[in-house]
Amino acid sequence: MKLKEVREILSAQVIVEGVEDLELISGCGADLMSDVLAFSKENTVLLTGLTNPQVIRTAEMTDLSLIVFVRGKQPPVETIELAKDRGIPLMKTDKPLYQACGLLYSAGLRAEKLAKLK
Amino acid sequence: MQKDEIRQVILNCEVEAGNFSVGGEASSRLKSLLHKLGISGQTIRKIAIATYELEINIIIHTHGGSLKAEVSPSEVRVIASDKGPGIADIEKAFQPGYSTANQKAREMGFGAGMGLCNIKRYSDELHVETEVGKGTEIEARIYLRESGDSSE
Repeated sequence: MKLKEVREILSAQVIVEGVEDLELISGCGADLMSDVLAFSKENTVLLTGLTNPQVIRTAEMTDLSLIVFVRGKQPPVETIELAKDRGIPLMKTDKPLYQACGLLYSAGLRAEKLAKLK
Repeated sequence: MQKDEIRQVILNCEVEAGNFSVGGEASSRLKSLLHKLGISGQTIRKIAIATYELEINIIIHTHGGSLKAEVSPSEVRVIASDKGPGIADIEKAFQPGYSTANQKAREMGFGAGMGLCNIKRYSDELHVETEVGKGTEIEARIYLRESGDSSE
C-alpha cells in the first residue's frame, strides 16, 4: 500500500510530508512505546494517539516509515520539528484507532509479524 | 569473542534523569555511527532498540547515568550505568508487564513493563549488576554476523 493511499483511506491531513509512492508493507496500532519497540519491521506505518517527541525516537529506532496520529490528535511543535529532522512523515486522522486500523487492514495492509529480529 | 580483540569506544555520554526532551539522542547518534560502519540494517535495529530502551530506563528510573558503546570485529557492546537507586527485585523487573515507572512516564506512553524484556530479546548476551542504594550497570552484547556485518 502506498503512502498516498493511507492518506486517502484515512482522509488524513499531512503534517510532515513523505514520499507519496513509498510502499508500506505492514501496520501497527499502539499507544504504548514499548509495544512498538517489541515488534519492529521496516516499511511499517504506526497508528497511535501518542504525540510526544519520544514517539519519533521510537520510530527512528525501529525504522518506521510513517506515523499517523488518530483521534484528531495534533502533535506539539517539538514532535513535528524532530520528525522533520529525522525524515519521518507524519499525518493525522480524525478516525479513532480501531476504525483507522480496520480500514487499512481491510484495504490489504497486513499486520506486523511478531517475528524476532534474529 | 577473542580476548585480545580490539574494542573501540564509539559512544560515551551522560544521560540526565527525567530529561525526556533530549531522551533518545544518544541512541540516535549511535545508530548513525553504526550505519557509517557498514553494519547491516537488521543488526543496527536490534542495537538501536536495546540502546534506546537502556537510555529511557536511565531517564525514567534512575538518578542519572551514562551510556557507552564499544565496537569490535565480532560484537557491539552497549553499557548503561547509573548512580542509583538500584533494582530491588531483578526477577520482577524482567517480567513482561511489570513496571515501576512514575505517572509522568506513563502519560508519555512508557511504563508498559517491556523495557528489560525488549533489551534481552534483542541482545545475544545480557549482564546485569545492581546494588540497591548504589546503582546499576547493564551490558548488552550484540554479535555481528559473518555476512553483511562489518565494523571494519
